[in-house]
Amino acid sequence: MNPFSSGTRLRDMIRAIRACKTAAEERAVVRKECAAIRAAINENDQDYRHRNLAKLMFIHMLGYPTHFGQMECLKLIASPGFPEKRIGYLGLMLLLDERQEVLMLVTNSVKQDLNHTNQYIVGLALCALGNICSAEMARDLAPEVERLLQFRDPNIRKKAALCSIRIIKKVPDLAENFINPVAALLKEKHHGVLITGIQLCTDLCKVSPEALEYFRKKCTDGLVRTLRDLVNSPYAPEYDIAGITDPFLHIRLLKLLRVLGQGDADASDAMNDILAQVATKTESNKNAGNAILYECVETIMSIEDNGGLRVLAINILGRFLSNRDNNIRYVALNMLMRAITVDAQAVQRHRSTILECVKDSDASIRKRALELVYLLVNESNVKPLTKELVDYLEVSDQDFKGDLTAKICSIIEKFSPEKIWYIDQMLKVLTEAGNFVKDEVWHALVVVISNASDLHGYTVRALFRALQTTAEQESLVRVAVWCIGEYGDLLVNNAGMLNVEDPITVTESDAVDVVESAIKRHASDLTTKSMALIALLKLSSRFPSCSGRIKDIVVQHKGSLVLELQQRSLEFNSIIEKHQNIRSALVERMPVLDEASFGGRRASSLPNTVSTSNGTAVKLPNGVAKPSAAPLVDLLDLSDDVPAPSSSGGDFLQDLLGVDLAPATQSGTSQAPKAGTDVLLDLLSIGSNPAQDNSVSTPDILSSAQDHKPAIASLDVLAAPSNMMDLLDGFTPAPPKPANNGPAYPSIVAFESSSLRLTFNFSKQPGNPQTTTISGTFTNLSSNVFTDFVFQAAVPKFLQLHLDPASGNSLPASGNGTITQSLKVTNSQHGKKPLVMRLRIAYKVDGKDVLEEGQINNFPRDL
Amino acid sequence: MIHFVLLISRQGKVRLTKWYSPYSQKERSKVIRELSGIVLNRGPKLCNFVEWRGHRVVYRRYAGLYFCMCIDEADNELEVLDIIHHFVEILDRYFGSVCELDLIFNFHKAYYILDEVLIAGEFQESSKRTIIRLLSTHDSMVEMAKEEATSIGNMIAQVTK
Repeated sequence: MNPFSSGTRLRDMIRAIRACKTAAEERAVVRKECAAIRAAINENDQDYRHRNLAKLMFIHMLGYPTHFGQMECLKLIASPGFPEKRIGYLGLMLLLDERQEVLMLVTNSVKQDLNHTNQYIVGLALCALGNICSAEMARDLAPEVERLLQFRDPNIRKKAALCSIRIIKKVPDLAENFINPVAALLKEKHHGVLITGIQLCTDLCKVSPEALEYFRKKCTDGLVRTLRDLVNSPYAPEYDIAGITDPFLHIRLLKLLRVLGQGDADASDAMNDILAQVATKTESNKNAGNAILYECVETIMSIEDNGGLRVLAINILGRFLSNRDNNIRYVALNMLMRAITVDAQAVQRHRSTILECVKDSDASIRKRALELVYLLVNESNVKPLTKELVDYLEVSDQDFKGDLTAKICSIIEKFSPEKIWYIDQMLKVLTEAGNFVKDEVWHALVVVISNASDLHGYTVRALFRALQTTAEQESLVRVAVWCIGEYGDLLVNNAGMLNVEDPITVTESDAVDVVESAIKRHASDLTTKSMALIALLKLSSRFPSCSGRIKDIVVQHKGSLVLELQQRSLEFNSIIEKHQNIRSALVERMPVLDEASFGGRRASSLPNTVSTSNGTAVKLPNGVAKPSAAPLVDLLDLSDDVPAPSSSGGDFLQDLLGVDLAPATQSGTSQAPKAGTDVLLDLLSIGSNPAQDNSVSTPDILSSAQDHKPAIASLDVLAAPSNMMDLLDGFTPAPPKPANNGPAYPSIVAFESSSLRLTFNFSKQPGNPQTTTISGTFTNLSSNVFTDFVFQAAVPKFLQLHLDPASGNSLPASGNGTITQSLKVTNSQHGKKPLVMRLRIAYKVDGKDVLEEGQINNFPRDL
Repeated sequence: MIHFVLLISRQGKVRLTKWYSPYSQKERSKVIRELSGIVLNRGPKLCNFVEWRGHRVVYRRYAGLYFCMCIDEADNELEVLDIIHHFVEILDRYFGSVCELDLIFNFHKAYYILDEVLIAGEFQESSKRTIIRLLSTHDSMVEMAKEEATSIGNMIAQVTK
């Protein structure tokens, strides 16, 4: 005996593997067998090839890699005997898939086998081809398969039909070739051939409109007749399932009739009678009967309208819906979804049953029912439906709550008849499942609240009451905190009471309590705490008597490890302590948020543009200055040490609410302070946190801003970017004089256009060669005065830029005056790379905006 | 169409897989893992349909084996339940009271039977008698071939003794 033969029979190998107690044992056995098989393959062993492949297939099913056996399949397929071919084809189908190139090698063998004298071998080849062929193989072998559609043996004809289905799916162009053979198949008596022929016909019609036309004209009547004969046929034991003769054939016929009747009145007419017969006479106590009824209803719904039939169909649906079998109910819900487009009224009648299904214990049914309910909602039934759904929300499973919440919020948003109902429902949802509510949803709620000015009082009181009962839902806390901050005075004064409300006494101190607990709550996250801080600031202005207490609360976060909270705490504390005169103006009632723009903002969710240190596209988190932010983005592409904007980049409302989700870690890296607007961003607590010193400098800027009331007023109008620039340019601390020690560098004309010139003077501190102080001078070369003058600059990664405020924002014409601005640049690649800078200058001439941009490349080399 | 057929035991062991749509080897193991988790955890009273990744999976439990078939949204789920039962009945007739061990030790025969029931993810033959007859013809051809091989072997052994 050949010493290399893998002597173990298949059975013994399987037994050995099953006897293994541990995975390691099993791996050892498998390894041994694989080694033996590999050796046999190398020896080109003929005798045991069959057995080896069988073993290999078993090993493959266990999950081990077996690609070394692929060529064995090919060799077996090429062998002359039936058993070898059989296992070879099986191995082919199991170990390979259509995407592997090895498959192409089989084409020739398959072709020969398709022409084999032994019809069973032809059958093997057709089966393999039908299961696994690629598009090229399909194209090559299509003529053979076509020919076989007329083979003498019905078993071959049926396999050829199914193989053809795969061929036309892979190569739709070949569809026309199959039309005539298929027409012949439809007239057959053999059930197998009929079933496969009908399936092929259905797929042909889907792929080729010509085929559809042809079959519709020529074959509809024949098919109707076939179905009638089948329905009326006597008992046939060979095909009987649950008292129905060949339900599979029934269903295929109904499917094909559906395709033929859809959109064509004549064809639909021809089939009306038989459909009615099937719908009424089929017994529905067993699965087979129900499957036929299901298919029948689908067909009735899809073909051209016949009133009587539709009524029949809806009745069947109703019966299914109240069936106790879960499968039937599931299927009924499916059917109803399709029936809605056809007859919405009828479906509405079943609304209560459907609502019951939403509460079913079966997850699949709940899902279907919820989707169906969503489709059923219209203006007239939205209130009761929503009430049911919200009631169910309380008792639903955790994993279902997410879906349910999303659907409820969607319904409320789309169909809400009046604002007060919207607010009520949203409050209920937030109370029950606030943690599942997506950010866009509660943002939208805030927008709506802000727009419903007569409901402000009602809303804030309702929120206050809600918070007394449950304070666990994050979104609820956030919305409540925002509202209390904004409308705290209405809360305390019971202003704007509606007659549906019960009176409620809330003192200022109570309101502050609520916000304080929101901050203290252990589960509150960064967003909530930040919102709470700003709400406290607002309350300190609205409730001057609580100002001291609020200050104590705010001050507690001075040392917070989270930079955002620390910064807010310091800034707000400073405002409360030192800047009472501007405080009320700062935290005046927010203007009504424009629903259109915020709604649109939500719909087009901009991609997440959190910047990492790779300098990906930066989105300036200055939600208000969006129009000007876009070009600024390009500019800032150069400087990539830009702190991350909020994580859901497109949501301005978030920014507006002073919510910044930049993780604290980001601010750790030293940021390249951009143009002076950076400071302003901090002021509005929007966006990034540059190094700590900026926040300390803010109070200084504020103090100097005391003199510039008109500039401060611009804060209320949060729209115009130029106003914000005003605020900045209103500061007139004298630009630091460049230190006159250190080597002198020639000054350059950094930028010159027809209307503007910018000159740079350089100086360095001795001992600090990397840092250069630049004094920039702007001269107006035109004869018009420039107002609202703003200069911004950006630098690449290896540079750090600090921009001091400019000396003024108005540039007199014709060089009658200048604006000076000081910059400090630190070059980390000092000596290796020269400075380079891009700049952008914006100003107004006669009220019209002008923008100039440029790049400065002519810095002295050794800066 | 049916995208794949999966037979898994209660312990999560795979007894048979047949793929009619292109899934790479990696994707196949992922699919098997995911589906096993979902199907094996379903309670007994729930419906036999699971929505998964945009497809529907119809499953039916026979003793310790779950028979799963993944279909399109447009297909008739109740019919697929019957297809599964059709397949199981043929297995039963062929093996004579089939049990899981039969499917383990004769997995290749189980595949041959499946190939007579489904091709290209479509239903092939509704007559169990026809299928059984075909299978026995195949088996007798294999027997004949074996006999020929041994008899030739004997002859050669005789001659070369």
